[in-house]
Amino acid sequence: MTRKVQLFSMENTALAGIASQVRRDIVRMVSAVNSGHPGGSLGCTDFLTYLYFEQMQHNANDFQMDGKNEDLFFLSNGHISPVWYSVLARAGYFPLAELGTFRKLGTRLQGHPSTDKNLPGIRMASGSLGQGLSVGLGAAQIKKLNQDSTLVYTLHGDGELQEGQIWEAAMYAAANKVDNIIATIDANGRQIDGDVDEVLSLGDLNQKWLAFGWEVLHMDGHHFDSIRHTMQKAKSLTGKGKPVLIIMKTEMGQGVDYMMGSHKWHGVAPNAEQLQAALDQLQETHGDY
Amino acid sequence: MEFEVLGNKDTRSGFGEGLAVLGAQNPNVVALCADLTGSLKMDAFQKAHPDRFFQAGIAEANMIGLAAGMTIGGKIPFTGTFANFSTGRVYDQIRQSVAYSKKNVKICASHAGLTLGEDGATHQVLEDIGMMRMLPNMTVIVPADFNQTKQATIAIAAHDGPVYLRFGRPVMPIFVKPDAEFIIGKADVLTEGTDVTIIACGHMVWKSIEALKTLHEMGISAELINMHTIKPLDEAAILKSVAKTCCVVTAEEHMMNGGLGEAVSQVLSRKHPVPQEYVAVNDTFGESGTPMELMTKYHIDTPDVVAAVQRAIARKV
Repeated sequence: MTRKVQLFSMENTALAGIASQVRRDIVRMVSAVNSGHPGGSLGCTDFLTYLYFEQMQHNANDFQMDGKNEDLFFLSNGHISPVWYSVLARAGYFPLAELGTFRKLGTRLQGHPSTDKNLPGIRMASGSLGQGLSVGLGAAQIKKLNQDSTLVYTLHGDGELQEGQIWEAAMYAAANKVDNIIATIDANGRQIDGDVDEVLSLGDLNQKWLAFGWEVLHMDGHHFDSIRHTMQKAKSLTGKGKPVLIIMKTEMGQGVDYMMGSHKWHGVAPNAEQLQAALDQLQETHGDY
Repeated sequence: MEFEVLGNKDTRSGFGEGLAVLGAQNPNVVALCADLTGSLKMDAFQKAHPDRFFQAGIAEANMIGLAAGMTIGGKIPFTGTFANFSTGRVYDQIRQSVAYSKKNVKICASHAGLTLGEDGATHQVLEDIGMMRMLPNMTVIVPADFNQTKQATIAIAAHDGPVYLRFGRPVMPIFVKPDAEFIIGKADVLTEGTDVTIIACGHMVWKSIEALKTLHEMGISAELINMHTIKPLDEAAILKSVAKTCCVVTAEEHMMNGGLGEAVSQVLSRKHPVPQEYVAVNDTFGESGTPMELMTKYHIDTPDVVAAVQRAIARKV
């Protein structure tokens, strides 16, 4: 499954097949070690599947930390590492069997993503929230300095926007016309302690980002047509003097009925019985690891 | 031994000159500053290389994140702001995005310690060496004078990995030769002696040099080591010296907790226990005043080095 550069548009059914397998990986990984974050992982599965299998130009079989002349992705909300690890493995960055080492002693698949075990695909540790936008902007500015026309993508939780550093970065990006970055917000409306609106409301997110000088797009994070349309639009908006933000509506726990509609599966792993109930809803399309 | 004073300058100007040299030498060096370009003496770099200079504004957390990201395209970012805002304000950003991620960022910190002076305790960080030396993968350097700060600035660009470079504001005598070689982790033995080992860093190296005259008049033979690299610490230089002198004084413009003295004491307690006395700030914040008034009041002045030497020698069995 290793690919050099993605130049074709995949059928939605093909993407959905990969996403179903990724969701199986996620629930199996967290259940096996009785820890990890399934809710946000399941919610961002369709997005990351699309990003790695259709949107980005990237070298899965020849990972280079410098990432010159390929699109870069930074996961700022590092706790949804299960979905990233699964997508990276399914895209060919490292052997599928390694997913079975998630969170175990000596693994390269740390609870939160890290670079110090040299896992291909990861260029920055994340987990302590709010840092990934700054990192992405730094990488994007150096792409310009290096006359590298590829793009930088970042993903953030909506709860993560409560961190002040995000807004430092948002201000910096517009002021410096960093227009080769596409940041996406996973707007599932939930965080550990409850609904984002109850814990600390973000107010009018659309107006906030507009006021900070960004292009703002909206998409449904569970429909590939919406994702494709919006991501293509976002790409067309790069290079025009403004950073680009996508507010992506998702459902925490998407694909596993008993995890949806609540914040309770943010950081809780299913037990054996719950795991089976989840797997019964998710078709095995590409073979379990 | 006589020390020739080659001039008087602030160490931050040594950083500024070093950065300007790097800018001309190495196209991969980029610089970031959080609204203190003049104070950090980064103007020359900014003027000569505007495309490689990034003004972050008063947003240090973002600046550290930007710098970490900039390493990914192969650049060597130097961040500049006051030591307080280079460490405590952004500790978690440094911890995750720089130290843990092993990014080639050079955190350059000016106005460290009490000698920042009149601005007072809000700006006088005395804990930064401790914070930075606790981080795995971090190299910590505190050069002694203008020339050495310039040399250290140039040297850290060739070192692959995170570095904390600490320097200051006051004008102080220059005694390191302009053509001296700076080797990270290799201490400079400034005088050889047999009665006591003085291990100092930063501005306290000059204060210790001043103390040598009095000590000589008292008939005390002191070995003075300029420990410009706090981490990795030159253990061999310490052990070689204490084998002769059998007692140690450490001198630093930093809190006793966490600083050079504590690093030295860890070596001594494990490998060669001898009496050690500390010239350092003892668990208190600073206040407004001139740099030299503050060094006197907080007992990190020349007479304090002399007194500590006497105490250390008196404790020898």
